[in-house]
Amino acid sequence: MHLHSFITLFWPSTVDGLVLGSIYALFALGYTMVYGVLKLINFAHSEVFMVGTMAVLGLLNLLNVHSPPGGFRLIGILLLCVVVAMLASGSVALLLERIAYRPLRRRGASRLAALISAIGASFVLQEIFGIYYTRNAVELPSLLGHAVVFKLGSAEVTSDDLLVVITGLAMMVLLERLVATTKFGRGIRAVAQDPETSTLMGVNLDRIIVYTFLIGGLMAGVAAMLFDVHYHQTQFNIGQLPGLKAFTAAVLGGIGNLRGALLGGLVIGLLEFYGSSIFGSQWRDPTVFVVLVLVLLFRPTGLLGESLTQARA
Amino acid sequence: MSVPVSELPGRMLARVGQAQVRLNTRAGRLWAAQPWWARTLAVLALFAALAILLPTSPVARVMAPQSAWSIVLSEQIGVFILLAIGLNVVVGLAGMLDLGYVAFYAVGGYSLALLTTRQHWDFWIVLPIGIAASAISGLILGAPTLRLRGDYLAIVTLGFGQIISTTANNLNFDGGPQGISVIPHPPSIDHIKAFSYGFIDGKPYYYLVLAAIFLAVFLARRLERSRVGRGWMAIREDEDAAELMGVPTYRFRLWSFAIGAAVGGAGGVFFAAQANHIDPTVFSYQVSILVVAAVVLGGSGNLFGVILGAFVVAWLPERFRGFANDRILIFGAALVVMMIFRPEGLWPSRRRRAEMGDVGSGGGMNAPLIAPSAEGDQ
Repeated sequence: MHLHSFITLFWPSTVDGLVLGSIYALFALGYTMVYGVLKLINFAHSEVFMVGTMAVLGLLNLLNVHSPPGGFRLIGILLLCVVVAMLASGSVALLLERIAYRPLRRRGASRLAALISAIGASFVLQEIFGIYYTRNAVELPSLLGHAVVFKLGSAEVTSDDLLVVITGLAMMVLLERLVATTKFGRGIRAVAQDPETSTLMGVNLDRIIVYTFLIGGLMAGVAAMLFDVHYHQTQFNIGQLPGLKAFTAAVLGGIGNLRGALLGGLVIGLLEFYGSSIFGSQWRDPTVFVVLVLVLLFRPTGLLGESLTQARA
Repeated sequence: MSVPVSELPGRMLARVGQAQVRLNTRAGRLWAAQPWWARTLAVLALFAALAILLPTSPVARVMAPQSAWSIVLSEQIGVFILLAIGLNVVVGLAGMLDLGYVAFYAVGGYSLALLTTRQHWDFWIVLPIGIAASAISGLILGAPTLRLRGDYLAIVTLGFGQIISTTANNLNFDGGPQGISVIPHPPSIDHIKAFSYGFIDGKPYYYLVLAAIFLAVFLARRLERSRVGRGWMAIREDEDAAELMGVPTYRFRLWSFAIGAAVGGAGGVFFAAQANHIDPTVFSYQVSILVVAAVVLGGSGNLFGVILGAFVVAWLPERFRGFANDRILIFGAALVVMMIFRPEGLWPSRRRRAEMGDVGSGGGMNAPLIAPSAEGDQ
């Protein structure tokens, strides 16, 4: 226990935690939305994220970016990165739905079977990069160069911190509005509530499921790009641990609940850094899971409850 | 009727049990018609056949040309089958998705490693202690978490599985990241070859693990047909209905967790004794995932299916060691393909298959992805 270091590190931990938390929140959307619609743990989503980070890496190598570019060139590159990451992650998510989930759905397979096929798909995607690219961690060039923008308490807030948090929040708000107000969002909510009845009411189930995966993939793409910009590192299995945390975030906030994903992501991000400042960095992950267990004991459906879905009896 | 209320659920469950008999195959009926001594003889003959035939070199050439087959057979396949039998009690029978099963495997492994290296206790004394320690840790982990349902339970157990290797890594008394080395082998019995445990020859261990598997299968079969077993199946199909019928769901789930943990712990003890060295990487959460994969792949709920699944999952990567790099890739693709073509597993339980036709019941782990009836009209 180092309460002293918790106090001295409070502001830096808060900033780091919010940054990581925003990435988790975006990442968690793919878990929470798929769960809301299919009641399925989308286990292969971590690989959707990984492919996004790899796509950004590929793009930066292709453009031959080595040092932080300036001005309009920087904005252009950032935009290009986010588009490419979204395209890559989105198409992998669609591919997964087509290959690993839809055939099982057609046969009325159990959710457990879908979980296993997702695990298989996750192995395949990891290994494709592990075998044909590299198993080592790969460095990415730093795009923003960690320029300090302002100070928050004792913490220095850099431009990439700001980029991550602002983009993350903006995407979350956008998606929340999309689900709450558009016709397509109504379809998602209807399927989440009762797939059979919504089919009878004229909702195209297949299309809704495809869109759900697509949105999850796109958001994971944004998360992947932000991850690259901030931590500039990737690896063939980079998605695994963040994926676990993102799923934990979704559960902590209340799975199927978009606001819950945001809250859960931020809470987990903060917990990781507070936990490592109090107990030492080797206890970073255990802190997260112990808190998750404690929260679920007192609020069995997460902090905000399941809202996209019906509460299960 | 003068039947006490507490008797009623037992009766209803007994009726479920009768349904199982009706669903049995011709082979099953033939088996049941034999006298007890014939059945015992048949099991012993099977044991002898497996013990003598499997580790021979012609089999080894076919099964694992690139590795030491007898060691693979005991240390990897055998232990993995034990784990799958244990997890089947939790996932297949009681219908709870446990993604952190490796925790109990680790408790068993570390119990043996610590007690034999630090206290110099005998393997045979530590074996029951390790099993008991795992069962108790199952109770400790289960008591607060088993009130959670379905997928919440899955993520909490996943969390535990994740914590266990990190914790083993961080603590000092268990050797930290270096783990524990030079774990003594079990004492040899009178220099008989079949009982001289050592490094090079995996056969003695294979006999040991095979005996443990037979014992586990026997106990699991008995449990499955007991009152508790029927209670588990009722919980799996519909927890609320089971609770209403008077099945003490929480207590029975706790039982299944502890029993599953005990078998996993036994697996850990055997593994640590043979491998001679353990460290936190052995107990990574991938192991939990692979055991779940084995259970579902084989046909969750059917003991022999699960054994088949465990064999396939443990053996395939070893068989394709020649492809070194690509083996996990092939394995992953195989998982996807098998789930597409046999979603209920390679060798599904008949009861389970009959139940799967009855869509729309409960919200357990076996609820279909989306009811097939909603799929018809697009």
